[in-house]
Amino acid sequence: MSTASTTSPDISGASASGPKKQQGYWAGVGSRVRRDKITLICGGILLVMFLLIVFAPWIAPYDPLQGSMARRLKPVGWQGHLLGTDELGRDMLTRLMYGGRYSWFVGITPVTIAFAIGGSLGILAGFVGGKVNMLIMRATDVFYAFPSVLLAVAISGALGPGIFNAILSMTLVFIPPLIRVSESVTTSVRNLDYVESARATGASAFTIVRVHVLPNVMGPIFVYATTLISVSMILASGLSFLGLGVKPPTPEWGMMLNTLRTAIYSQPLLATLPGICIFVTSLCFNLLSDGLRGAMDVRN
Amino acid sequence: MMTPQTLVRARNLNVKFVSRDATVHAVNGVDFDLAEREVLCILGESGSGKSVTLRAIMGLNPRAKTVMSGELKLCGEDVIAASEARMSALRGRQASMIFQEPMTALDPVFTIGRQIAETIVRHEGVSYKAAMARALELLELVQIPSAKRRLEAYPHELSGGLRQRAMIAIALSCRPKLLLADEPTTALDATVQIQILLLLRRLQQELGMGVIFVTHDLGVAGEIADRIAVMYAGRFVEEGPVRDVMRAPLHPYAQGLLGATVHAGLRGKRLTTIPGAPPDLRDLPTRCAFAPRCPMVENACRSAVPELRGPEPGRAARCIHVAQAAQAA
Amino acid sequence: MLKYILRRIAYAIPIALSVSVVCFMLVHIAPGDPIDAIVPPDTPKDVVEQVRKDYGLDKPLPIQYAVWLGHVLQGDLGRSIATRRPVAGDLILAARKTFVLALTAAMFGFAIGIFLGSLAAFFKGTWIDRLAVSFAVGGVSVPHYWLGMVMVIFFSVLMNVFPAMGAGPGDWQWDWQHIQYLILPALTLSCTPIGLLTRTVRGIVSEILNQDFVTTLRGKGLRNRTMMLHVVKNAAPTILAVMGLQLGYLMGGSILVETIFSWPGTGSMLNAAIFRRDIPVIQGATLVLAMFFVMLNLIVDIMQTMIDPRIVRK
Repeated sequence: MSTASTTSPDISGASASGPKKQQGYWAGVGSRVRRDKITLICGGILLVMFLLIVFAPWIAPYDPLQGSMARRLKPVGWQGHLLGTDELGRDMLTRLMYGGRYSWFVGITPVTIAFAIGGSLGILAGFVGGKVNMLIMRATDVFYAFPSVLLAVAISGALGPGIFNAILSMTLVFIPPLIRVSESVTTSVRNLDYVESARATGASAFTIVRVHVLPNVMGPIFVYATTLISVSMILASGLSFLGLGVKPPTPEWGMMLNTLRTAIYSQPLLATLPGICIFVTSLCFNLLSDGLRGAMDVRN
Repeated sequence: MMTPQTLVRARNLNVKFVSRDATVHAVNGVDFDLAEREVLCILGESGSGKSVTLRAIMGLNPRAKTVMSGELKLCGEDVIAASEARMSALRGRQASMIFQEPMTALDPVFTIGRQIAETIVRHEGVSYKAAMARALELLELVQIPSAKRRLEAYPHELSGGLRQRAMIAIALSCRPKLLLADEPTTALDATVQIQILLLLRRLQQELGMGVIFVTHDLGVAGEIADRIAVMYAGRFVEEGPVRDVMRAPLHPYAQGLLGATVHAGLRGKRLTTIPGAPPDLRDLPTRCAFAPRCPMVENACRSAVPELRGPEPGRAARCIHVAQAAQAA
Repeated sequence: MLKYILRRIAYAIPIALSVSVVCFMLVHIAPGDPIDAIVPPDTPKDVVEQVRKDYGLDKPLPIQYAVWLGHVLQGDLGRSIATRRPVAGDLILAARKTFVLALTAAMFGFAIGIFLGSLAAFFKGTWIDRLAVSFAVGGVSVPHYWLGMVMVIFFSVLMNVFPAMGAGPGDWQWDWQHIQYLILPALTLSCTPIGLLTRTVRGIVSEILNQDFVTTLRGKGLRNRTMMLHVVKNAAPTILAVMGLQLGYLMGGSILVETIFSWPGTGSMLNAAIFRRDIPVIQGATLVLAMFFVMLNLIVDIMQTMIDPRIVRK
C-alpha cells in the first residue's frame, strides 16, 4: 500500500506500452506533438536560436571581443548596432550570439552527461535490486540532502572558476535526481507481468534489459532529463554570473548580465538583454518538455 | 402524477457525456419506477450504462460534461432541474449509494468513525459526539466485530469485507429510503460476497428500504432482487419479475447472458457465449443495438429500434420476436 | 508512530554525517595544498606548520576528518582567510538575515502558489487554469537574478519606491524602515516557489478530485466546506514535502538574489568567499545550510507521518 506519491516523476509513459507497440506509440507521440501549437512554437524558437549561435562566426555582424571606447553603452537600434553596445563598446547582438554558444553548451552538457551516468546507475539499481540498489540509492540520498544550487556553488567555488569546473559541479548536481527517476521507472517496469513472464521463459538478464526494460524506461527518463535542461540553463548562467564560469572577455549570457549591472541606471533595456535570452531559452525548454511529456502520456 | 410511494420515477431518461472529441450516449431512453421497499436489479455488462443510470439518480455524474434529458424524479425532486444544493440535501439523507471498490471509495486519511459521523452531522445537525455514538451503533448494525475499536480505524487497516460493511454503515447513517448499490460485491472474495449480500438483504427488510442494485452477476441478481432489468447499450432490453426473467428470458441478449453463466442445474449442458462486442456508444445505431450479435436477427431488426413489448403484465422486452399482448402495460 | 519518528531521526544521522563528509572534502577538492585553503598566503612558515599540526593535516584523511568534525561539533568552523575572524560567528549573523529573506519569500510564494494551484484544479481546462499554468511555467523558468535586476529597474530606478540594496541600518527588525528593503528581494525569490507550488497543488488537487472517494463524499451530501477539508488533508502530505524542499532551496539558493540586492546574508557571504577563494567560509556556509536542509526534511517527514496514517505501515 503506497501513499500518495505524486512528487515522484510521471512514469505512465512506461507502463502502458508493451515492446511490440513501439512503432505505433512513437507515431502517436509524433502526431500529438504536431497538433500542439505551443510545443511547436517553442521548438521553432529554440531551433532559430540554435542556428544563430552555431553559425555565429559566419553571420555575426561584428567581432565579439573588439570594442571601442567611443561607442560605449549605446542604446538598442543605434547606428548599425541592432541591439546596441555593451560597457566596452562591443556589439551586443554579436556578443549575445557568441555568448549563447557557452550558455547552451554549459547548460546542456551536464544534463547530457548526467543522463548517461545517472540513467545507467538508476536502471542498474532498479533492475538488479538488493544490495546494489541499497548502495546506489543511499549515496543518492546524501546528495539529495543539499539544496541543488548550493551544492553546485560550493563545488564550483571550491574547484575555482572555469567552464570545466562549472560543468563538473552541475553534472554532480543532476546525477542524483536522474538516478532516482530511472530507478523508480525501472523498478515499476521490472515488476510488470510481461517482464515476469519473460523471466519465467528463461530469457537472460541481458535480453530482458535490452528487449523489455530499455525501450520502456528510456522515454520517461529522457522526458525527465529534458525538464532539467531549463533548470540547468538558469544554473549555468547563474554560476557564470557569480564569476564561476567563463573568464572575461569571453561572452556568456550570465556573465554579460553581471558586467552590465552597472548600466541599469543608464541603459536599463540593454542591461537586461542577456537575461531575456536566458529567460526565453529556459521558458521554451520548459514548455517543450511539458509538451513532450503530455504527448508521451498514454492516458491522454 | 406520482404516488407518494414511488421513490424513483424515470421516463425516457437520456444521459449524454459531451466532450470536445465525442459525445457518448450512455443512457438512451430508460423508463422505470421504483416503489418503496422494492429491490430492482439492473443487469448488464460493463459499458451498458447501468452505473451511469445509478449515478444519474443521485445527480453524481460530472456536472460539466453531463447532459440529461427526459424525466427523472427522486423522492419527488426533479433531479434534472434541481440545483446542486437541493440535490446535496437529498443525498445521504433520502438516498445513499455504495460502491464497487470500498478501498478507493473511502477517504484514506480519515477514520471510519469520522466518515460516518460527518454525514450525520451534515443532515441532522447533531453534535459530533452524538454522531459518533450513532456511528458506533451503525457499525454494530452492519456486524463489524469490536466496533468500538474500528471507529478509530483507517480504511487501510480493515479487510475488504469490513471496508464494504463500513461503506454500508456510512450509506445507512441517516436511514435513507433508497439505497443505490453499484456492484458492491464485485471486488470481494466469493465467501465475503455472500456475507455482504445476506447483510444487504437483511438490512433492506429490517429498514424497509428501496434498493437499486447494479451488477453483472446473474447469481447475485437472483439472490436479492424482486425485479430485474437487463440493460444493453443504454436501454432496458428486458424487464420483469426476477423469477420469470431467470426462468424464461424473452430477449435474445438475456437468453445469451443466462446461457453464458454457470449456475446449478446446468450440469451436463453446454455453456454458450455471445459472439461479438457491444456497440460503440459514441455512434449510436438506429436499429436494434443487439442485432449484430443476435442469433435470431432478421431484416426488420435493422430498420428501427424495437419498442418495448409486453407479452404479459409486468414483463417487457425490446425485441420484435416478442409477442405483444393486448393488455400489456 | 513514535517508533517510526525515532526511526526517521535515526536515519537522518548517517545522512547528516555523510553531508559533513562532503563538506569536509570541499577543502580537499580545491586545487593545491589544503593548507593554502586554511591560512592566508603570507603566513610565516612556522605558523603554517603549527596550523597543519592543529588540523592534523599531516595525518591520513579519516583522522583529519575526525579532528575537523570534533572542531565543528564544538562550534568551531575555522577562521576566514580574508577577515581572520571565526567563520561561525559571522555565519550566524548572516544566516539570520538569509532566514528572514527566505522565510518571507517562502510564505508569500506558498500562499500565492497554493491559491493559484487550487484555483487551476477546480477550474481545470478553463481560461483560469491556463492562466495559472502559464504563470507557473513563467515562475519556474525565469532566472531570478535577471528578475531581480528588472525589479530594481522598475521599483528603484524608475519609480523609486523601494531601496535597491542592503537590508537597512543595523540589526534586522520587523519595522517599515527595514521591511522596505525586504520587499524586492523577497518578491524576486518567491517566483520559483509560486511556480512550483502552483504546479504541485494543481496536480495533486485535481488528482484527488478525480478519486472515487470524492464521489462518495458528494454522495453523502456533504457541504463544500466539509469536502474541502477532505481535499486539504489528502493533499497536505505532498504539498508539505514540496514546501519543505522549497524553503530549503530558498535558504541554500539565495546566493544570486542576495548578490543582486547586496542582502547581507549567507549568499553574499558565499559570493564574497568565492571571489576571494576563502575556502573555510565556503565550507562552513555549505555545512550550515545543508544541515538546515537535512533538519527541515526531517521535520517535514515527521509532519507527514502525523497527517497520513498510511505512512507508518510501510
